[in-house]
Amino acid sequence: MGVDGIGARVKRKEDRRFITGKGRYTDDMTAPGMGFAAFVRSPHAHAKVKSIDASAALDMPGVEAVLTGEQLVGDGVGNLICGWMIHSKDGTPMKMGAWRALEPEIVRHVGQAVAVVVADTLAQARDAAEAVVVDYEELPAVVDAVAALEPGAPQIHPEAENNLIYDWEIGDEAAVNAAFDSAKHVTSMEISNNRLVPNAMEPRAALADYDEAEEHYTLWTTSQNPHVARLVLSAFYNIAPEHKLRVIAPDVGGGFGSKIYVYPEEMVCLWASKRTGRPVKWVADRTEAFLTDAHGRDHKSHAEIALDENNRITALRVKTVANLGAYMSLFSSSVPTYLYATLLSGQYDIPAIHCNVKTVYTNTTPVDAYRGAGRPEATFLVERIMETTAREIGMDPAEFRRKNFITEFPHQTPVIMCYDSGDYNASLDAAMKAADYANFGARKAEAASRGKLRGIGMSCYIEACGIAPSQAVGSLGAGVGLWESAEVRVNPVGTIEVLTGSHSHGQGHETTFAQLVADRFGVGTDTVQIVHGDTDKVQFGMGTYGSRSGAVGMSAVVKALDKVEAKAKKLAAHLMEASEGDIVVEGGEFKVAGTDKSTPFFQLALAAYTAHNMPEGMEPGLKEGAFYDPTNFTFPAGTYICEVEVDPDTGKTEIVSFVAADDFGKIINPMIVEGQVHGGLTQGIGQALLENAAYDESGQLITASYMDYCMPRADDVPSFNLMTTETICPGNPLGMKGCGEAGAIGSPPAVINAITDAIGNNELEMPATPERVWRALQAAQPAQAAE
Amino acid sequence: MYETNYHRPKTLADAAALLAKSDEVKLLAGGQTLLPTMKQRLAAPTDVIDLRHIDDLKGITESGSGGVRIGAAVTHAEVAGSETVRRLIPALASLAGEIGDPHVRHMGTIGGSIANNDPAADYPGALVGLNATVTTNKREMSADDFFTGLFETALEPDEIVTAVTFPAPEKAAYAKYPNPASRYSMAGVFAARLADGSIRVAVTGAGQGGVFRVSEMEQALSSNWSPDAIAGVKVAAGDMLSDIHGSADYRANLVSVMAKRAVAAAG
Repeated sequence: MGVDGIGARVKRKEDRRFITGKGRYTDDMTAPGMGFAAFVRSPHAHAKVKSIDASAALDMPGVEAVLTGEQLVGDGVGNLICGWMIHSKDGTPMKMGAWRALEPEIVRHVGQAVAVVVADTLAQARDAAEAVVVDYEELPAVVDAVAALEPGAPQIHPEAENNLIYDWEIGDEAAVNAAFDSAKHVTSMEISNNRLVPNAMEPRAALADYDEAEEHYTLWTTSQNPHVARLVLSAFYNIAPEHKLRVIAPDVGGGFGSKIYVYPEEMVCLWASKRTGRPVKWVADRTEAFLTDAHGRDHKSHAEIALDENNRITALRVKTVANLGAYMSLFSSSVPTYLYATLLSGQYDIPAIHCNVKTVYTNTTPVDAYRGAGRPEATFLVERIMETTAREIGMDPAEFRRKNFITEFPHQTPVIMCYDSGDYNASLDAAMKAADYANFGARKAEAASRGKLRGIGMSCYIEACGIAPSQAVGSLGAGVGLWESAEVRVNPVGTIEVLTGSHSHGQGHETTFAQLVADRFGVGTDTVQIVHGDTDKVQFGMGTYGSRSGAVGMSAVVKALDKVEAKAKKLAAHLMEASEGDIVVEGGEFKVAGTDKSTPFFQLALAAYTAHNMPEGMEPGLKEGAFYDPTNFTFPAGTYICEVEVDPDTGKTEIVSFVAADDFGKIINPMIVEGQVHGGLTQGIGQALLENAAYDESGQLITASYMDYCMPRADDVPSFNLMTTETICPGNPLGMKGCGEAGAIGSPPAVINAITDAIGNNELEMPATPERVWRALQAAQPAQAAE
Repeated sequence: MYETNYHRPKTLADAAALLAKSDEVKLLAGGQTLLPTMKQRLAAPTDVIDLRHIDDLKGITESGSGGVRIGAAVTHAEVAGSETVRRLIPALASLAGEIGDPHVRHMGTIGGSIANNDPAADYPGALVGLNATVTTNKREMSADDFFTGLFETALEPDEIVTAVTFPAPEKAAYAKYPNPASRYSMAGVFAARLADGSIRVAVTGAGQGGVFRVSEMEQALSSNWSPDAIAGVKVAAGDMLSDIHGSADYRANLVSVMAKRAVAAAG
């Protein structure tokens, strides 16, 4: 391989255009005659739409149309759907309430769209949207999921009695109860997981262009999975058949899950383009992003863990209420079930686990997958109760974890997952050494001399990436398969295009995917172009989320490369009159082993396309495609150790040290992996210390701007100390596990464990704001805090 | 943003004339509050008068009495970086250097900040803490008289702030606890011993009525300038702001903590 192959710190090819402002985002796209959309949104969390009067708006300058939900339904545009069927424990299917892209009857969260204005300019559209008069009759609202389940709570959807979407369970309840009955020690606690707003740097956007003559739509949009968007828009929303709908996701500025889904606005732009006969563009402003991008997390759980006399865990029992907001977003149902409860075994050998999950409608923005999706909630729960238990039984938290680690693989947990590989002691050892865990006491004493409370906390996380195989997820209710496809096209002059169904929106695929090719053929990454994000170019793909692009997307590329290499070697053997088995690929050349015969890569490619001299029966050209369906999830795991200093006067937490020891399996580009971990840790620290989507009682989002929603900034995080411990994933050809979400999954409990250690009070919710910490400190040490 | 008429007068007289012409007019100083408000369609002035190109409102000079005169259109970055301010009132330079972020500091102005009188802004603390004098196109008034309540000042509708004059204190410091999200002040305390020996403790960010003085702290510090002297002084939580970032209780605590830190920092 050359210097650009697997394992090399290749600088990102895409960064030149990003850092010079030459990226091409949806809002950079224009189409002749384009109009601009502005949505009329509900100011109420729950209200009847009694009437919509658009007459004044229609008379305003530049206004092309004012469209409402009544027209949308009349035109046969389908309801938004949730594509993962979950059944309650009594066997009944989940209760999906009707979700229309423009609501004609009852709005169920603040910001829900009831009408759209299309005008010549954005300013005209916004002026006119304000002039649309909507007569609402307010209804009582409920924003808290536990409150929404109580008798007499406002009823949000007629389909879901008491707002209960499903009452689901996993695990052997009888075995768990028996273990608790004979437990030597039981720790129980209430654990909340705060609601977050994804906040991708680029807000959602769409440009829809309907070609009347061809009855064909083109949609440029901010999607993590353009083919899935096309499939859903076509098969469920009746926009157009797939061959009459092209979805292009050009450069996309971050997703974190929020751009997996098809939202009302993108659908409405398509429909409005046909209705008005002109291209329609919409770009969310930041307020719209806060109000309408799918939120993340929002769990309330009761957790109990049982130990035997040797401090070995015998059972875990969890009851969780998950808030799904006002509607069931595209994959919302899977997040608090198969992406959450299946990870409750953590890194530990737990013989029996039972988890009951109730998901609930509330008058809030819909909740769906957000970086980690279920796994952060599971990890937070497991690692908080592990820490708490260790403190209760007076055992060192590291030793308590170590005692219960899974050490043999494969390991079948009681909650579906079969862990394929790992070495949890290795990452714990590496992290403890790097954190100088043994000498924490001296650092705590030194901090105390400066009036600071120092604490240390750890988190031994596990997560599951590359959700698969398709047959298995299908049996669990998924409406799609979760494989990936790729095509490797060698051009006649030897440059290479890789078409992938993965989608890059910050991950650096244009570099790492090219490294696979460089590694295989010894060519430079500059001769490789990665093509993605366009349903007209790439045959099909499932997109990028759940840290799947490496383990699944790259594996498809590897399979296609295998085919290309096999054909090229056959051709090379023919041209050099050698045996196929003697052909090796080195430094961009095909060589006959043990001789000085060689054919440069470009010459071989040209030979394949001139086809003047091919082996008998070989087709011309050099292009191969592959589909790859994994055999299992992958299981990244690791240990994070966080050290904090709390200012007892203000309650402010400073993270003074953060060590992350991750096992991501094989790594293609360590620099890009580190970037993923930096981002993930920062988001996790944001959840732990700063971020919270807060609603008031009436259902107004009171953190709807950066004045109130606290995003992590550079000075909120330390310089991270990163390392990897590698065990190869046996489930895919590269041995990769995935790295995109681990930081966000593993870090929140490490931070909270450290703060609670510092302040001597285990009662602390996220985000651990200075006031919360100050109050917890007062409760724990009234004399000191009152000083 | 709604449509508006933009004016760029070159003289104070022209600005005042434009201001007198309409009720729905806004002065644009640095625009760090006005422009976001207009973009969110929460303000709809028919006319905006940009004050940033009037020479009379610019410049930082040493005032006759050994203090500093700062033109109303001087940016926070200019104050933070001014050799004159750093030499004569370093606490004021460092306060200006902590306002918002670099973008805000290069656009926002002292005149705009004090005329807006956001209760979480930093400058009101310095003006009251240093007993500054506000000069307008019509008169002069003390900072104590200028700030009258939340987003309220003594300015008449046709009055324009032209400068602020700060006397140089014997010692002073500003200690700020920023809101984690917005980085505005949640409790900022400006503590100063002025040249005449008088003590001032001004609090911004925390009070329901905007900037306020803590006379009990001022008295305690008069006889003993040390953090210990005010350790036991608490402001009434009932007078404090309360929001999702900090309850009134918490803000009251922060006032005490920041006051001690300001006194310690002033030396």
